[in-house]
Amino acid sequence: MGRYIARRLLLTIPVLIGASFLIFAMVYALPGDPIRALAGDRPLSEAVQAQLRAEYNLDDPLWLQYVKYVGGLLQGDFGTDFSGRAVLDTIEQRLPVTAKLAAVAVFFEAVIGLVAGILAGIRRGSFFDNLVLVTTTLIVSIPVFVLGFVAQYLFGLRFPIFPTSGINEGLYSYLLPGLVLASLSLAYVARLTRTSLAENLRQDYVRTARAKGLKPSVVVGKHTLRNSLIPVVTYIGADVGSLMAGAIVTETIFNIPGLGRAVYDSVLRQEGAVVVGIVTLFVFFYIFFNLVVDVLYALLDPRIRYD
Amino acid sequence: MTTSDPVLEVEDLSVEFRTPKGVVRAVNEISYQVGTGETLAILGESGSGKSVSVQAVMGILDSPPGYVTGGRVLFEGRDLLTASAEEQRAVRGPGISMIFQDALSALNPVFTVGHQIAEMFRAHRGTSRKEAREAAIELLDRVHIPAARRRAGSFPHQFSGGMRQRVMIAMALALDPKVLIADEPTTALDVTVQAQIMELLQELQRDTGMGLLLITHDLGVVNEVADRVVVMYAGRVVETGTVDEVFTDPTHPYTEGLMASVPAVEAKGTRLRPIVGTPPDLARIPPGCAFHPRCPRRVLENAPPGKDCDDDVPLLLPVGAPGRASACHYREEVLHA
Repeated sequence: MGRYIARRLLLTIPVLIGASFLIFAMVYALPGDPIRALAGDRPLSEAVQAQLRAEYNLDDPLWLQYVKYVGGLLQGDFGTDFSGRAVLDTIEQRLPVTAKLAAVAVFFEAVIGLVAGILAGIRRGSFFDNLVLVTTTLIVSIPVFVLGFVAQYLFGLRFPIFPTSGINEGLYSYLLPGLVLASLSLAYVARLTRTSLAENLRQDYVRTARAKGLKPSVVVGKHTLRNSLIPVVTYIGADVGSLMAGAIVTETIFNIPGLGRAVYDSVLRQEGAVVVGIVTLFVFFYIFFNLVVDVLYALLDPRIRYD
Repeated sequence: MTTSDPVLEVEDLSVEFRTPKGVVRAVNEISYQVGTGETLAILGESGSGKSVSVQAVMGILDSPPGYVTGGRVLFEGRDLLTASAEEQRAVRGPGISMIFQDALSALNPVFTVGHQIAEMFRAHRGTSRKEAREAAIELLDRVHIPAARRRAGSFPHQFSGGMRQRVMIAMALALDPKVLIADEPTTALDVTVQAQIMELLQELQRDTGMGLLLITHDLGVVNEVADRVVVMYAGRVVETGTVDEVFTDPTHPYTEGLMASVPAVEAKGTRLRPIVGTPPDLARIPPGCAFHPRCPRRVLENAPPGKDCDDDVPLLLPVGAPGRASACHYREEVLHA
């Protein structure tokens, strides 16, 4: 197992290099001139513009810019944005915000998704089961930004229970955006749990458990659930990475100063260093949580062996 | 052979499956008894209702779609079908327990075998974790699993097929059941391993005096281990009697056909005689005797009143020696043929 993890970690290096180069190239390919956009209505003098261009290596060809960027990275320098602020500072300040939002979302995803899925799976065909099916279908078919605005209107304005913007009320202000961010995954988790449970209830070992004279709660709650949750737990694990990256839309709608919001702003300003730094970090999280899932998978299912 | 008081009595048990395509009558008014220390074999082809009948006895029928529509299942004189769910549960394990055909799918893949055996003690006797584990190791040793203490920590997939079935048996015997139901316990195994498992079952039966209800389609196994046999066809009992009687002198054409289809040493070089045709679809059981379309002895024209094979359903009636019965209109003729 240890060797497997080490090999997987080594494999992340080429993935990160490839991903960061692609992102770098995409920012480079964005139309428009970042320095001119930075200046706005009052044009900067040619000299200042040239100096800025030189400072951010903007006159170099793409490959050289990338090599210089990676060279900086290797020395722990993530570059700076146009206001001279170190990208690493931005990450340090905003990562906790995004992490908190993702944590709230994963909590909702796991708790609501699992409970709804289990109840629906045990009583298939019941009213609750149909309710879950209809609701999840509805959620899956509505884009997140629509859901976000509807949530803001309903629970922020119409019935002012939650703040609609910012993070001034601590953890409380993360609840509504967290729920919106979790909504899609929550629906998938509910459906996955329901299907997995229903499938496992038909397995032979469940019949054995009943033949052993175990209580129905043990037959379902221990024997069936333990097997049914294997795919669900792996889905949730892999989803943590996606949730952090997926926060771009949610953070923008709810005006939350996290990494996603930073990416959004930097794309508008064509600040390559910020975009590449943060998005590459997202890629790393994604890979990392997938590795965690694979390890978790082997722990949950004794039939899985990596060596 | 000890035919003392029956421990398990099944009377006129009927089971049907209610499917969207219609009602399938899988088991029709079947009866049998298992006594202490006795081995009763239920013999039948797949689809004859033999497995469904014991699932109903165990109370583990998948419902829906399966429903018990009539009859009684008496365990030590008490009807399990009318007992509360809690009472039924208390019988499963210490009273009647069961082993299945495919031990790989019948054991839970994510728990160690030691845990799954120990669970019997913990669930029914509230034994402490540690004691239950020791008891599980003892059981593994009793079913001759080498290095039982170490193997108790292994998962089902880490055992061979035969060893897995031994684990299954250890689990079923944990609470010294009065009756063990074995549903095709050797079908999924190699021939040599089959013999070992049957020997083990017989050895354990001698030690504990439990009744053994053996579901099988294997005539050889029946001949070797069973005292009495119940032959099923299309959800009904067609013949019953001691193994010696039924095997040497069948009283139902279906049993006759089964016996004739077995390769015999003295008949070496002659062709096997299979039963022509296929078993009926339980949703479309032929009228009259279900076996009549395949029966070489059927009487369709000018039958005596009430004995028309494609019209009159034959009842299971006594024939020959006491305790024997056959569901053929012409059982006397078959017996003396």
